[in-house]
Amino acid sequence: MDLIQVKDLCFSYSGEKGTLKHISLNVKKGNFVTIVGENGSGKSSLIKCILGLNKGYTGEIIKEEHIGYLPQKTEIQTNFPASIEEVVLSGTISNNPRSIFYKKEDKERAKNTMKKLGIYDIRKKCFADLSGGQQQRVLIARSLCATKSLIVLDEPTNGLDPNIAKQIYELLDKLKKEEDITILMVSHDIDRALNYADKVIELINGEITFDGIPANYKLGGAK
Amino acid sequence: MIQTVIEMMSHVFIQRAILVGVLISLCAALLGVNLVLKRYSMIGDGLSHVGFGVLTIATAFGATSPLYIAIPCVALSAIILLKIGNNGKIKSDSSIALISSSALAIGVAVTSLTTGMNTDVCNFMFGSILAMSQGDVILSVISSIIIIILFIVYYRKLFVVTFDENFAKASGLKANRYTNIIAVLTALIIVIGMRMMGVMLISSIIIFPAISSMRIFKNFKKVVVSSGIISIVSFLIGIYLAYLYNISTGAMIVIVNLVLFILFSIIDKIIHD
Repeated sequence: MDLIQVKDLCFSYSGEKGTLKHISLNVKKGNFVTIVGENGSGKSSLIKCILGLNKGYTGEIIKEEHIGYLPQKTEIQTNFPASIEEVVLSGTISNNPRSIFYKKEDKERAKNTMKKLGIYDIRKKCFADLSGGQQQRVLIARSLCATKSLIVLDEPTNGLDPNIAKQIYELLDKLKKEEDITILMVSHDIDRALNYADKVIELINGEITFDGIPANYKLGGAK
Repeated sequence: MIQTVIEMMSHVFIQRAILVGVLISLCAALLGVNLVLKRYSMIGDGLSHVGFGVLTIATAFGATSPLYIAIPCVALSAIILLKIGNNGKIKSDSSIALISSSALAIGVAVTSLTTGMNTDVCNFMFGSILAMSQGDVILSVISSIIIIILFIVYYRKLFVVTFDENFAKASGLKANRYTNIIAVLTALIIVIGMRMMGVMLISSIIIFPAISSMRIFKNFKKVVVSSGIISIVSFLIGIYLAYLYNISTGAMIVIVNLVLFILFSIIDKIIHD
């Protein structure tokens, strides 16, 4: 079963780079899919089209309704006064969007997710005071509160040192295997991403130049 | 001190001032947390200058209740400023500076052509909480209650949108709608707050409480609640001292806020070292 299907997607910002040309791809349930490519190849634009953040594309996108998204970090977050608990809980917002307060089931879900990811004991700590790796762990927890099936990550290991990056990949791998979470990730950390991915999609200048299993990609299926 | 407080409270105009002041201080602080975090601190300053320009023009044309004209005009400016901040070619700090100085200049020019720098104009500039009419009081109370209710209703969403706009959009929230709500509410508090604090000083009661509480608290809910408390306490101390020493109320409130900010910064240093 496909959780995401993209058919003949074309998109461009008004006169800027990041243009996407006739993109077609699919993401199967239970897969770990990595999109690789240089800066400006259109990786982030593609993700944003899939999530509905970019409007004005042509083509067709069929997707799961609830997607947990882990965007790139913003400057605002660097000294934002928010506890881990508040950040994770905010992931449940789309479950009961009309409610004024968080429901009991939302709080329960946030609590269980924090326990699963080993951040429950530090839940009162300030998000901005955490290390980069811990912050990503918190944001993964938040994305898991928004979905039961599919998370989309935009360069989650950017700026992390290799050991910590490895831990993030291992965590994602574990979520895939134990919780049946499908993962779509953008990365330019190609070597490591290939070790965990079931499928690699390579973008160059807004076009797909490779779509297949990592073993074939390593053999030089592209470039 | 108790004697002075009892004497103070025997005046109807002070009772009014305290009712309105507490509500406005609370609202300004609540909105301030979002504005400071979104890096829109200067928007209060810009909007108050726009408010000044509109008020002088409205008064020059003989409008009987200029506040009702100022609110929609300032709200529109607020929406435009926040929009520019998101995707404009001119950076938001420059656009705020442009709009605010232009509006102030137009206001001053209109004033020179009409009444000149009389007490009314001075009251707009530096506030006159003790000279509020009953109409002003009713407008302020109703506006404040609306702001407080909307803030509570949208609290969850405002947090998500402020902390991570992209995540909010991906979760299906209309992030622009909440930015507009903040803009309109800010405009409302600026216009009604101008009577109390004056054009020159209003932005301080939006920024100071949030900045002070962020020195100590690292949790969004605590920051919101403590900002509200800091703002109300600063107002009450401010108006008391202003009454006691016959100083401008608006100025005194800002000075109390400044002292609290310094105090909180020192506490922060002691805690974190």
